Amino acid sequence: MKIDSGTTAWMLAATALVLLMTPGLAFFYGGMTRAKSVLNMMMMSFGAIITVTIAWVLFGHSLAFTDNPSSAINNVVGGFDALGLQSLVETATKTDGTGMPSLVFSAFQLTFAIITVALISGAIADRAKFGAWIVFSVLWATIVYFPIAHWVWGTGWLNTMGIEDFAGGTVVHINAGAAGLALCLVLGKRVGWRKEPMRPHNLPFVLLGAGLLWFGWFGFNAGSELAVDGTAGLAFMNTQIATAVAAGAWLVVEKLRDGHATSLGVASGAVAGLVAITPACGFVDPWAAMLIGLLAGVLCAYAVGLKYKLGFDDSLDVVGVHLVGGVIGAVSLGFLAAYPFLDQQSKGLFYGGGFGQLGLQVLGPVAVGGYSFVITWVLGKIIDRTMGFRISAEDERTGIDVTAHAETGYDLGTVYASGVTSPNGPTAPAAKKVDA
Amino acid sequence: MRLITAIIKPFKLDDVKAALEQFGIKGMTVSEASGYGRQRGHTEVYRGAEYQVDLVPKVRLEVLAEEDDAEDVIDVIVKAAHTGKIGDGKVWSVPVDTVVRVRTGERGPEAL
Repeated sequence: MKIDSGTTAWMLAATALVLLMTPGLAFFYGGMTRAKSVLNMMMMSFGAIITVTIAWVLFGHSLAFTDNPSSAINNVVGGFDALGLQSLVETATKTDGTGMPSLVFSAFQLTFAIITVALISGAIADRAKFGAWIVFSVLWATIVYFPIAHWVWGTGWLNTMGIEDFAGGTVVHINAGAAGLALCLVLGKRVGWRKEPMRPHNLPFVLLGAGLLWFGWFGFNAGSELAVDGTAGLAFMNTQIATAVAAGAWLVVEKLRDGHATSLGVASGAVAGLVAITPACGFVDPWAAMLIGLLAGVLCAYAVGLKYKLGFDDSLDVVGVHLVGGVIGAVSLGFLAAYPFLDQQSKGLFYGGGFGQLGLQVLGPVAVGGYSFVITWVLGKIIDRTMGFRISAEDERTGIDVTAHAETGYDLGTVYASGVTSPNGPTAPAAKKVDA
Repeated sequence: MRLITAIIKPFKLDDVKAALEQFGIKGMTVSEASGYGRQRGHTEVYRGAEYQVDLVPKVRLEVLAEEDDAEDVIDVIVKAAHTGKIGDGKVWSVPVDTVVRVRTGERGPEAL
């Protein structure tokens, strides 16, 4: 197939949009932590960009998106045909059948792998060793993300069965949400959790991050059509609709429940809506996008309180927003999928589809969430027993920014600043005395 | 001599400053403070989790005055800082042994 310049141009742009979501996530998460750990929180996102990119080039693309010669193993994980992306470079002038070069598709998928790993970090804010996080991110991508991407989007078993996941509700959000839950259980609660205030230190950062996520998400969802066509437009519009409705719904819940509509609420509601519409965006009508947004805004607003009820310290609500939002989107597809090009039995229950597809839409979250939770828990335990996953309580009290990275996010106090010695010596060089 | 310290609502600082200048006070020290009295602080809500914030922002104002003026200065501050609502603040004075002007070395009332 000839290279389609329109498709290729759009996919290059969409890829850049999705990559921007990870620095956006860094701001979203960074603002929600305390001032003493903002840099570490943001570094975990940037660390994921580094490690996952390297792993993707070396073997990630190959494990996710090539076929394994053994058909039994191919159900679970791909093969080794694209190690180092070499085979993709050799066919750089050819397309993968979608009208864009295979390397562009690879780059697009890489950005999904990056943000999925980065999303997990919100569950372990303030307390994870940076080195352990780096090791975890490589191992998790290898053992959990690449195979699951193969299951759902490659030629693995869930795809063969016919599960629908337009842009990654299952692969990205349920996967990351379940992993976040497992990892915060392995690491345990932050020192002083529920006794000391752990308020967000910079809500403008949170809003900036939510805005960047929202912007980048158009590449995430509309780009997942892998083409420039009506479905991409539908996915784009549905993304906007569900996000706005969810943000509004979260605010209404807050106003009724707590008495105030908050800025953290509008940012959280927007992200919940983005998550929930992700698996469905290319398959549902605009009214259904509104319904999904409404469900996500209301249910996720209540779900973030789960951690206080159940007693696990998912610091920044990866479970309440991404796991719950992802499940809402994946399951609602089983009811609401109306896309005219879906074959009849793949449509939602409300559109004449059977219970078979609904069952698959439930199976996906259960299988992916279950696998992700179990493997992440084991992986977390192994890292914890060997190199240690958690910083010392004293370092946590002092603040992970200064103890792990030798930096502080802000230098605002004039007294503190005047106590800092310059790198050129204890005092600045004295000015020459000039006689008048 | 006396040191008069006032904890007042931040938005009342301009009124108090103007009133003190009119009274003839030539200098003062102002710093940001936080604290609480009987009314305690306020509540903040983040994703449904409520935080009780005890310490509310205040302004701390310090004035040195001669013994005879002290009561009047206190009155001026109280009048200017008064809103009648909860959290208006407190004013107190303590005796001062020595005051030295750093620039000239003057001591006592001349140093004010």
